[in-house]
Amino acid sequence: MSWLNAVVQGVLLGGFFAISALGLSIVFGVMRIVNLAHGALMILAAYGSVLLIERTGLGTWSSLLVVVPVMAALGYLLQRLVLQRAVSISELAPLMVTFGISIMIPNALVELFTSDVQALPTGNLATRSVSAGGIAVGLLPLLTFGIAVVLIAGLQLFLARARSGRLMRAAADDSQALRLMGVDNRVVYAQATAIAFATLALAGVLFGVRQGGVAPFDGQVTVLLAFETVIIGGLGSLWGTLVGGIVLGVTQTLGGEFSPEVPLLVGNLMFLAVLAFRPNGILGRETRA
Amino acid sequence: MSLLEVTSLDAGYGDFQALFDIHLTVETGELLALVGANGAGKSTLLRTIAGAIAPMSGHVRYAGADITGQPDFMRARTGIVLVPEGRRLFPTLTVEENLLVGGSTRRDGPWNLSAVFDLLPIVADLRNRACSHLSGGEQQAVAIGRALMSNPDLLLLDEVSLGLAPIIVGQLYAVLPNIRERGMTVILVEQDLSRTLAVADRVACMLEGRLVLAGRPAELTREQVTDAYFGHGYGYLDTDSGAAR
Repeated sequence: MSWLNAVVQGVLLGGFFAISALGLSIVFGVMRIVNLAHGALMILAAYGSVLLIERTGLGTWSSLLVVVPVMAALGYLLQRLVLQRAVSISELAPLMVTFGISIMIPNALVELFTSDVQALPTGNLATRSVSAGGIAVGLLPLLTFGIAVVLIAGLQLFLARARSGRLMRAAADDSQALRLMGVDNRVVYAQATAIAFATLALAGVLFGVRQGGVAPFDGQVTVLLAFETVIIGGLGSLWGTLVGGIVLGVTQTLGGEFSPEVPLLVGNLMFLAVLAFRPNGILGRETRA
Repeated sequence: MSLLEVTSLDAGYGDFQALFDIHLTVETGELLALVGANGAGKSTLLRTIAGAIAPMSGHVRYAGADITGQPDFMRARTGIVLVPEGRRLFPTLTVEENLLVGGSTRRDGPWNLSAVFDLLPIVADLRNRACSHLSGGEQQAVAIGRALMSNPDLLLLDEVSLGLAPIIVGQLYAVLPNIRERGMTVILVEQDLSRTLAVADRVACMLEGRLVLAGRPAELTREQVTDAYFGHGYGYLDTDSGAAR
């Protein structure tokens, strides 16, 4: 039974990995920008919640109503004012810019908040569970998984049906041709980045809630797990992030059955195995010409 | 008033200059054909008019306004739409989605999905197919339909027939009169001389980045055009550069 339990817990953990990987997948899929600051930005969003809870009396969940739009706006401006310029310099420049941001954010957070863990309280949600068939499932992981499915389905629908979603796919295909149709591709890029930042803000706060709090350098692990999720699932596929997250989550919880020290290690080994034997990821399309 | 007026235009890519001192006017409703050999600068001229390339010097005026500094997406919104060389469809989008993206300028006019489907029935049959799986002729038909969706006043067609079977090219040229009957101005780049001379109101011949001959097809002899096409008597190919100076 403990094995089945581990698989169930792993699947639910995968929901969290999927949410934290969505923004990375969108930014790479539409702009071909590798956002190395993804994890640090998640943590920045979680600190935004911490600040709101301290200063305004908002709760952790209600703070999302402020943090998510603010991070989306930050994404729009960052793409428009910084990353777009970096792209015009060279292919490597955006990588260096996001790397720089990933260094600046945690160090700024240490200055402002010290390196202590800051709590993100959610009452007893993090400890409540429901039981079914002898397996106790945490309410928070269950909720997180549900959010992941709804979020991915919603984003997929948006990309497939909405006018601006269609323009994002067109921009990913051929931004120069899109400009000839009267569309400023830079605006489309900024909109896509705003959506990506909204999802990473949600992921950052969920991360803090899961852990009971956040510390400035937590982004170094979250960005790695987000990358592994995207690569395992397959680049350019949103449902792929869920598949990648579940594979990574189950690998980690099964590893945890052997020893509490190995989950991260076996997760990384699974990532390397996918890279070696299925480099396009599980749901990944064949590499485009 | 001329719809398009190009004056003293120099343009190119990086340090490479492809166009030299181009002067060109196009009247509203006219079909101008640009002819010339490979590398003569025809596509560069179209791309400069569409705003995809910024000129080194000179001016482009459109409907009375100087648009030299205007970026490509702004020009599309004012009615200049290019069907680019190589079609440049969005491969992961369906045919219908490509057309809808083409309508992004939301300009008023006769062209919409059903009008394009009426004009090009082959496009209607393919509407739900992904563009990566189309033949060259099908792609070209979609590319033309996508440009029409924008309801342009000035349609720039680059190498419509490139790589296509003659029968397909014939079908595509057969729709030109339907496009033009609603007053659209067209600049056509083509390598096939006889086809061009049959449809054009006016022909402009380019040679090594310069406009060397222009006129109505009826007023030009075939020899004049082929001489301009290949450079005979223009001091480029059959004279050495020292003598030309």
